[in-house]
Amino acid sequence: MSAVLALGRPSRQVRDTVVRVATYSATRLFALFITVVVAVYLTILVANMGGYVDIIKRGEIREAAMMRVQLDPKLTFLTPEDRSRRVEDIIRLDEQRLGLNRPFFPRSLVYLRDALQLRLGFAERMTSDTGSRLVRNIILDRLPATLLLFVTAELLLFFSTLLLSLALSRRYGSALDRLVIALAPTSAAPAWFYGIFLILIFASMLRVLPYGGMVAAPAPEHPLAYALSVLQHMILPIGAMVLSTFFIAIYSGRTFFLIFSSEDYVEVAKAKGLSSNVIERRYILRPTLPTIITGFALGLIGTWTGAIVLETVFNWPGLGRALYQAVGLFDTPVIVGTTIIYAYLLAITVFVLDILYAWVDPRVKVGLEGRR
Amino acid sequence: MTRTLRELRRYPSALAGLAIIGLLVAISVYAVVAIPYGEAIRLWNGGEGVWQRTPRNAWPAWLTVFPGVHLSRTVVVSSTGTPRREVDLGSGVRQITMALPFDFPYQSFPQELAVFWDTSYTDKAPQVTLRWRRPDGTETALAEIAVKPSDSYRISSDQPLQQAVGGRPEVALFADPRHPDQPLRGRYELLIRGFLFEPASHLDAQLVVYGQGYGLAGTDGQRRDLMIALLWGTPIALAFGLLAAVGSTVSTLVIAAIGVWYGGWVDGAIQRITEVNLILPSLPILIMVSTLYSRSIWVILSLVIVLGVFGGIKGNRALFLQIKEAPYIEAARAYGAGSLRVVLHYMLPRVVPVLVPSFVTLIPSFVFLEATLAVLGLGDPSVPTWGKVLEDAYHSGALFVGQYYWVVEPAVLLVLSGLGFTMLGFALDRIVNPRLREM
Repeated sequence: MSAVLALGRPSRQVRDTVVRVATYSATRLFALFITVVVAVYLTILVANMGGYVDIIKRGEIREAAMMRVQLDPKLTFLTPEDRSRRVEDIIRLDEQRLGLNRPFFPRSLVYLRDALQLRLGFAERMTSDTGSRLVRNIILDRLPATLLLFVTAELLLFFSTLLLSLALSRRYGSALDRLVIALAPTSAAPAWFYGIFLILIFASMLRVLPYGGMVAAPAPEHPLAYALSVLQHMILPIGAMVLSTFFIAIYSGRTFFLIFSSEDYVEVAKAKGLSSNVIERRYILRPTLPTIITGFALGLIGTWTGAIVLETVFNWPGLGRALYQAVGLFDTPVIVGTTIIYAYLLAITVFVLDILYAWVDPRVKVGLEGRR
Repeated sequence: MTRTLRELRRYPSALAGLAIIGLLVAISVYAVVAIPYGEAIRLWNGGEGVWQRTPRNAWPAWLTVFPGVHLSRTVVVSSTGTPRREVDLGSGVRQITMALPFDFPYQSFPQELAVFWDTSYTDKAPQVTLRWRRPDGTETALAEIAVKPSDSYRISSDQPLQQAVGGRPEVALFADPRHPDQPLRGRYELLIRGFLFEPASHLDAQLVVYGQGYGLAGTDGQRRDLMIALLWGTPIALAFGLLAAVGSTVSTLVIAAIGVWYGGWVDGAIQRITEVNLILPSLPILIMVSTLYSRSIWVILSLVIVLGVFGGIKGNRALFLQIKEAPYIEAARAYGAGSLRVVLHYMLPRVVPVLVPSFVTLIPSFVFLEATLAVLGLGDPSVPTWGKVLEDAYHSGALFVGQYYWVVEPAVLLVLSGLGFTMLGFALDRIVNPRLREM
């Protein structure tokens, strides 16, 4: 009997934990979905404030209708009055088809539904690499480049700063530690700013690294050579991101670990004679894991936003550069679409953070979440 | 407060930060006093009319203090002060002969040559012949042209002349025959012989020998003196950063305090808005608004504040949750203080000192945000800012062509403002939060 209990208890515990984590994740997912809906709707509201987008749309429809009637050889025999009536007809039908004649509220709901289904409409001037004018295709074309650059950079930064700040917290007051503190104010400038200087030094003056872009032109055919070329083009943008966040990250990380390593339970562990490795892993890293993960997610969120300028400065063919090009071309659907995609990227980041949180935060596992 | 200031003296980085901030404030005051706002805007948006006599893309002239750096300066000679000879040829036709002499003592070539005309006539334009005399006495025929009012003759872009002298005129006309890569130094003369066909018409000329260096800051691709944008960019950057930081910090504090104090659905609503705000992509929204609606720096400033209001709620909440339970709050309640009074007079003042450091470090982030928007081409088009200069430089390919000064100057000012506030903020942080100090 007791043997059965002993066997049954752990599996029940695991099951409970899984159920709790799953419930927590599902609730969070639902809450986040509502949040995304609100955020996307706000974005649409701002984009269509005062019906600005509608005006652009109407103008476009009129233009297209007039072109269609003018260029149609079958309609050349029409009198000017007939022709203009024809144009008005086409405009009315098109506006009806696009829902432009409905009042603002239902119209914005139509836009919201389209946006949530990622039906982002047609670009006015831009095209994707395959020549498609669908905003979704343009964005999907650019997304991998952005993800490649920024996730690589963020992971690199995260792990290197984590390890370094742990190491520094062990020997605070050393020359290296003081150097990091002195260099921490470099974080005042954003990555694109350092990017300009890196281009100035390494591309313009020394001519050892490319000015920008993702691969050399013409692109190497061999996959390995291609990958190497991409890597070479990633050095400067990643370098810029490192310069703008590296030292402040180490500085705040080391301060954070220092505060935690003066906790009583760490002192007890030290008194027990545990190795510093074990102390670091179990007594410092483990309890601070939720905070560390939050820091990572917030860093990633900051990176998504910073991407726009960094990609522009380095000519990186990603989402941010697409947004910049759309601004230059006044391509409203692409601007609005990219903004919505950014909202999704942020939401996904927050959700992944929540899931990770559920796994590492003991309060979620043992069911204290509600009482936090 | 005085103790904090006294403690600040122990941190060299704080003193350096304060010095930088003081310098920036001094520059701002100087800019505002020396160049009135309207004048600055007029100069910056003046176009070619205002900046006709300054060189294009000139380096800062003071760089000649470095050995091996030679930058010629701009020389302007006007015919109004020089002697002229007028011969009446009868039937209303006059011949005018004048010489525009100037000294050229520089070791590098001019950047460009141009003659600006001042003339008036009713029917028939004056006809002029231009010759160039060098210090060694040799002469070169330049051109024969009909002069129109407020017209100019750009010697450097005269195609036939380029072919005749075999190269760029501003080099060929100045080159030393023995060392063709060096200009001949000495007294040059532009000889003008003109025929005026009407008794009432007059003719004056102004020769501009554009130099390669100009002023303290150099000029941009539109011949504008960069100094104007660098000077006026300072008060604009400081004001933008300060207003945005004050606006978002104060409103965030008030909202966080209200949420914590009232609790319940108020707190819930504030927290939900915070979550939505986290997902709202602020920079894309700023870009969208400035593309579609307005690039005015004030619209952008208010939007930055609105988007920032719910940004820092989480950290402040934790602080206020602790304070809410403090005995002095209870005491205030006991003597009958209302909710609003507790929030504004008891809870807020308590956290302000703790938040000053992060407030100080927040300022440069907004300065850079403005620069970010400007670099994306979305800065206020009429206001001269550092970001605008960077954008102009970037889009003119200054980095590719090697016009580094154009990028470095605004960048240095941006870095200075960033470093100044951040160093001060970090030092304040260690003073106000003593737990960091022994670390």
